[in-house]
Amino acid sequence: MKPAIPLLQVKDLAKFYGNRVGCEQVSFNLYPGEVLCVAGESGSGKSTLLNTLAFHQRPDAGSIRYDLREEGVTDLATLPDARLRELWRTDWGFVRQNPADGLRMRVSAGANIGERLMAVGDRHYGDIRGVAKDWLQRVEIDETRLDDAPSSFSGGMRQRLQIARNLVTEPRLVFMDEPTAGLDVSVQARFLDLLRRLVAELRIAVILVTHDLAVARLLAHRLIVMRHGRIVETGLTDQLLDDPQHPYTQLLVSSVLNA
Amino acid sequence: MSVQDGYNFAYLDEQTKRMIRRALLKAVAIPGYQVPFGSREMPLPYGWGTGGIQVTASLIGADDVLKVIDQGADDTTNAVNIRSFFRKVTGVATTEQTREATLIQTRHRIPETPLAAGQILVFQVPIPEPLRWLEPREAETRTMHALREYGVMHVKLYEDIARHGRIATTYDYPVIVNDHYLMRPSPIPKFDNPKLHRNPALMLFGAGREKRVYAVPPYTDVRSLDFDDHPFAIERWEQPCALCAATDSYLDEIILDDAGNRMFVCSDTEYCAGRQAAGHKGALAA
Amino acid sequence: MYVAVKGGERAIAKSHELLARARRGDPGVPELSIAQIKEQLRLAVARVMSEGSLYDEDLAALAIKQAAGDLIEAIFLLRAYRTTLPRLSESQPLATGRMRLARRISAAFKDLPGGQVLGPTYDYTQRLLDFSLMDEVSETMPAGAASAEAFAEPFAESIVAPGIGELLGREGLLEAALPKADDPAPYDLTRDPLLFPVDRATRLQNLARGDEGFLLAMGYSTQRGYSTTHPFAGEIRHGAVPVEVFVDELGFAVEVGEIELTECQLITDFEGSATQAPQFTRGYGLAFGHAERKAMAMALVDRALRAREFGEQINLRDHPANNEEFVLSHSDNVEASGFVQHLKLPHYVDFQSNLDLLRRLRTEWEAARAAANREAA
Repeated sequence: MKPAIPLLQVKDLAKFYGNRVGCEQVSFNLYPGEVLCVAGESGSGKSTLLNTLAFHQRPDAGSIRYDLREEGVTDLATLPDARLRELWRTDWGFVRQNPADGLRMRVSAGANIGERLMAVGDRHYGDIRGVAKDWLQRVEIDETRLDDAPSSFSGGMRQRLQIARNLVTEPRLVFMDEPTAGLDVSVQARFLDLLRRLVAELRIAVILVTHDLAVARLLAHRLIVMRHGRIVETGLTDQLLDDPQHPYTQLLVSSVLNA
Repeated sequence: MSVQDGYNFAYLDEQTKRMIRRALLKAVAIPGYQVPFGSREMPLPYGWGTGGIQVTASLIGADDVLKVIDQGADDTTNAVNIRSFFRKVTGVATTEQTREATLIQTRHRIPETPLAAGQILVFQVPIPEPLRWLEPREAETRTMHALREYGVMHVKLYEDIARHGRIATTYDYPVIVNDHYLMRPSPIPKFDNPKLHRNPALMLFGAGREKRVYAVPPYTDVRSLDFDDHPFAIERWEQPCALCAATDSYLDEIILDDAGNRMFVCSDTEYCAGRQAAGHKGALAA
Repeated sequence: MYVAVKGGERAIAKSHELLARARRGDPGVPELSIAQIKEQLRLAVARVMSEGSLYDEDLAALAIKQAAGDLIEAIFLLRAYRTTLPRLSESQPLATGRMRLARRISAAFKDLPGGQVLGPTYDYTQRLLDFSLMDEVSETMPAGAASAEAFAEPFAESIVAPGIGELLGREGLLEAALPKADDPAPYDLTRDPLLFPVDRATRLQNLARGDEGFLLAMGYSTQRGYSTTHPFAGEIRHGAVPVEVFVDELGFAVEVGEIELTECQLITDFEGSATQAPQFTRGYGLAFGHAERKAMAMALVDRALRAREFGEQINLRDHPANNEEFVLSHSDNVEASGFVQHLKLPHYVDFQSNLDLLRRLRTEWEAARAAANREAA
């Protein structure tokens, strides 16, 4: 099989806050359907990187090129605001660590899922509701909860609802910021299982930030390890975790094994 | 020193009037777009029609005939107060007759008598931004308007239907103007929304406290938001007006006694009186 | 038979009559004079001038009298009058360092050039009701006052001292606050609408007109953890400052008079970067007349609103004082008072609309429940 062209091409990316480095010299390619984890301790620059990749903040140096459905490979810096915002709510998703930041907590689960559909012009209440119900089932939430607000949901349900809300437009790329960090360990396993299944089914590319190497092991095809805003090591997940080369990665891996 | 001598015609100085008229011209050129303007401190409180008053003051001339209504009525205290303010500072003729007026300032209603080309209807607006409850940041709502990102408005309507089985917004019902801008029509009942569509009169909206004006020029398309399977619909009453027997007007409910007996009468007092004078007689008419 | 309610016009006229009587109170008690208000309610006059954005003690006193002591109503009256005034020119920036001091304290230094000047303050009065004030006629001068003039003019001694900004600024320890060459002409919020985001000068203008109570609560919230600033009262000064206007024909500035001001310089956390050595930052407050509470609250809020400028971690949802749109959109008491009280206006058309819907929803709900009950039976 011929390798596809990368969905996302990142080259020499940097973001600074005054004289403090957020991240710098970050380069990688991401292919359709590929799950990439960015691992590191807090303060390593991984969340800065995620927000910069998603263009929620403009990079100070380097480029991000994305394979748009219509225009093909395009430098995001040249994309007008209108198209960028459209990308955010159609072909991209962003799952936040705290579901309260990614959901509308006071409107029903149905409206949360339906929002993106309405944003792209769906104007049939019955149809929107039907799709929302279907997605609720796909993320293993009882369909009788369709008209309930997420404020009445458990942490795990909220996070699954956030997934459904993002995936309803069938995006090709989803950014995830520590999506399991707020969940109990018992709930995490079920959530990760579901995530792995959906991502594989829909062939979605994912960039997921985590401090938890176990999450990376379960989900990621490839792994990037960050420290002080820079990539220290990158490789296939299993290889990298089984045979870490960089001393910092070795430290991270051993601290997990010993824990 | 009397009030008339101490102030310019229509209270505002000519520079300020010109500034407001410039903003209004821009508003007319971009139907439904909220134009920021240098709203002045008026001698009436914010929230009591200072936006409408400034729009009226910037347009009114010595030959104009002014009508002022609140809740459809010419004789509510607020309408009386604003009318007397303009009489004091302009000396122009005032009227209760919708057809005679060249300028009509209104709060919460559009008159039942159809407006004609050449007339100007000035609305008092409390909150101009239709996206305010969904997105509190001004900088963000400006972008959403520019890019016509209005999907989130339907989230509100969706939620109404999910909860109540129907759209539960009854007044200040959001509309799309000229296929672009989402606009609040001010707190008129949705009964009046269809009158906004392709109206021959010029409709101007003034929000004094929020410092915005906007406009619907004559014959402009104005569409109320809805879903394909839950179309926009207006209020209906089971009985006609108890005074003039009208079946096509917006009715106020009036409680008659301690036993809870009630009657329904036209909110537009001028329309009702006109019909009664023409011989129409409701069940409780004198 | 039913006859619609009429007579709004007569009701309003009658209400004006009643209001005039209520304002005057018992005619057996002598009427307040403008001079009395100006001289004996000077702090009320100061607040009305500040928030009314007009330095005119006589008109402020008149407004207080007309408003029967309701200061927000008085501010409203003064503003509505101010709108009709032409703006003749802009003054030169006030040199508060040249202030003839009535009072000046610093909490950051034990002593400083010019010294601590306690001046007239309620700070150390112990707040015991002074029942001797119940007696109306106390024509006597307080002990120690040399003459009536000296008593009426607290800054007759003419102490002038450099401000804390100048003192710390010499060492570079405190950020400078000097006009830049490319500074735009000041925005005038009374002529042009507030548009976000706004620059600091415009923000300060909004706060200077802002409600004292609102700013006090916002400033207070920053001290209780709803923000991240840790201020010192660098200096609070009150006194008289000359106002100068540049006259083109002469080619120099001419003093046109003097106004009384209260200024507060808060010194807060230091910041630095690769290009800038660490230094203290400041929050600034300024008010007409003697108004320390207002000036201090304003300075706290000013500093809180600068959080983004210094890249501080802020949480707009939980820390309202850091939220520029929230603070500036709700600081104005004339706007707030009007909108809150407009709920008194008739809303029966909208209410009818809601009533109609509610009845319909209840009917549908009853029908649905009846159907469900039948099914269950």
